[in-house]
Amino acid sequence: MSSATTRMGIDKPILIAGAFVIVILLVGSAYTLATQGTLSFLSPTYLLQQLQIASFLGITAAGMMMVILLGHIDLSVPWTLSAAAMLATAVGGPAAVPVGLGVGLVVGLFNGLGVAYLRVPSMIFTLGVNTVLMGLMVILTGGFAPQSAATDLMLFFGRDRTFGIPHAVILWIAVSVAIVFILNRTPLGRYMYAIGNREAATYLSGVNTRLVIICSFVICSLCAAIAGLLLAGYSSRAFQAMGDEYLLPSIAAVVLGGTHILGGRGKYLGTVIGAVLIVLLQSVLSVMQMPEAGRQIIYGAVIILMLLVYGRGDKLRA
Amino acid sequence: MKTLRIYATQNLGLLIAIAIFLVLYLIYATQLSRFGMNVVLQNANEVVPLALVSMAQTVPVLLGGLDLSVGPLMTMINCIASEFLAGDIWSVLFGCVLCLVIGSACGLLNGCIVVYGRIQPIIATLATGAIFIGVALFVRPTPGGKVDGDLSWALTNDINELGYTYGWWEDLGWFGLIPLPAVFLVLVVLLVWIPFRRSATGRGCYAIGSAEGAAYMSGIAINRSKLAAFTLAGFFAACAGLYLTLLTGSGNADAQQAGSYTLNSIAAVVIGGTSLFGGTGGCIGTIFGAMVIRAISFIFRVIDENSIFGFLASPLLQSLVEGAILLLAVSLGAARVFRVRNRLTLFT
Repeated sequence: MSSATTRMGIDKPILIAGAFVIVILLVGSAYTLATQGTLSFLSPTYLLQQLQIASFLGITAAGMMMVILLGHIDLSVPWTLSAAAMLATAVGGPAAVPVGLGVGLVVGLFNGLGVAYLRVPSMIFTLGVNTVLMGLMVILTGGFAPQSAATDLMLFFGRDRTFGIPHAVILWIAVSVAIVFILNRTPLGRYMYAIGNREAATYLSGVNTRLVIICSFVICSLCAAIAGLLLAGYSSRAFQAMGDEYLLPSIAAVVLGGTHILGGRGKYLGTVIGAVLIVLLQSVLSVMQMPEAGRQIIYGAVIILMLLVYGRGDKLRA
Repeated sequence: MKTLRIYATQNLGLLIAIAIFLVLYLIYATQLSRFGMNVVLQNANEVVPLALVSMAQTVPVLLGGLDLSVGPLMTMINCIASEFLAGDIWSVLFGCVLCLVIGSACGLLNGCIVVYGRIQPIIATLATGAIFIGVALFVRPTPGGKVDGDLSWALTNDINELGYTYGWWEDLGWFGLIPLPAVFLVLVVLLVWIPFRRSATGRGCYAIGSAEGAAYMSGIAINRSKLAAFTLAGFFAACAGLYLTLLTGSGNADAQQAGSYTLNSIAAVVIGGTSLFGGTGGCIGTIFGAMVIRAISFIFRVIDENSIFGFLASPLLQSLVEGAILLLAVSLGAARVFRVRNRLTLFT
């Protein structure tokens, strides 16, 4: 690894995942060239479209990365995303977006308090929160039929474009800049890496570890809520279980980007590339008319193969 | 007396799970006007697939890992079994054995990826879970199946009904009223789990979950224990898939259902007293954990709308209450946090 790439924050996982993204595009292009005689996968329209779809996964994964860096996980993401979108559309009007973000804030605080103060394993605590949120949303839609149409602001960010550039992508960039700033330029970010490496040592160094854990969970839930609002704007409405397809892919995106699932190591750029990789892979396979069965098998195999190349753990030694 | 007290402290989680289940089920049984063995049978049928898939989850959790592929593997075996559970007794038997072998092989595959690939279990099984769902969709793109009707009826009823269906025996009295699903579950525990628990390999799993480095230094065959644990998880998941096939009489490659079985299995493991950090717990507790989860949904069927709890009668509240009970159960275990003198002990 040359020092230039290291200084730019590019490591082995990012290089390999980036190379794989290009391979996917080339294979897809070869396919369309052979069948239709066009290079539609390399057209700016297609790429921007894919980036727009990737922005929902990318923002969710960005939040997920904050908790994975601590060595925790947030399984409440699917229904945080859905609940934020559904409550926001139910309220409607100018209050919609603040209400959606408020859902993220409250869920994140609750998760963070449970994990930091009660020290319940995040895996099971967030799982319970997910079920509770699902229950609340079932009551919301079961008792009476709330409106589910996205508001103008949500449409503006989720669906609309300026000069062909989707606003969702711009928002993704904004979220990314904020997260890179937090991770690299603030004590909070340094503490996140520290807790992921050894929580006891961080605590003994005088860090308020509970506050750091709570902040991470709040950022994670806020990101899920933003993704929910964008997704509702993109599909013009909010619906139940709209977040179910974002839990495992967001974890996969973080891990494919080189973040260690047990915390402490990982670069944000990797998460971005991981999200793009997953979205492109799904899209190219569906354009190639691969049936759902084949898509799932290839998706799983790609994750395993890529991790076998750069995600292996250390050998157990005495 | 002293040994009894030691047993109680060591198996506190299991005892709490049994207590919660007994309370919930007693409420259910007293509220139901027509309570009888047929109700028990129906409840047992609903419990057994979740209990088996949760047992599958328990073994990797004992190692300190997590298996996200148990639900998908169960779904895959469900789809494969829906192709094979028909014809004469030999072909049905062949189908059952085939399913169990495929399930164990898939578990072994997980184990190999974890042991030799050195990838964390949670992420390795996330990927293999996607593969299993893919295979399930490949085998059965649309729900359906050709499961033998007599077979599925006989094996999901009580012992008497098994005899009637095939003309093997007549009324066996109270013995014949025992539900077959319960018999299967007990058999799996007695013939597979208990021997595994008592073997050196099984004890190795507990040692690895407690302290992997120490287990390695003590000369425990780490790799063999891990491979065996994941293979056993695959076997249990295959049992769950087989039973689900008998119960529904069809195969359905439903990714949502697979996901909810996986998540419920984690909840059942935790309620059953197994630590997510590994090293303590076991399948017996998990079975009661699964029974607690199912008992919650049973209760929703019997609440009288005019009683003081009438406001709970709405089925819309079910997942809210399920989640709240799960949160409450795991938060109770957090009581120790407020008793410790030195917060440093919490981080280990």
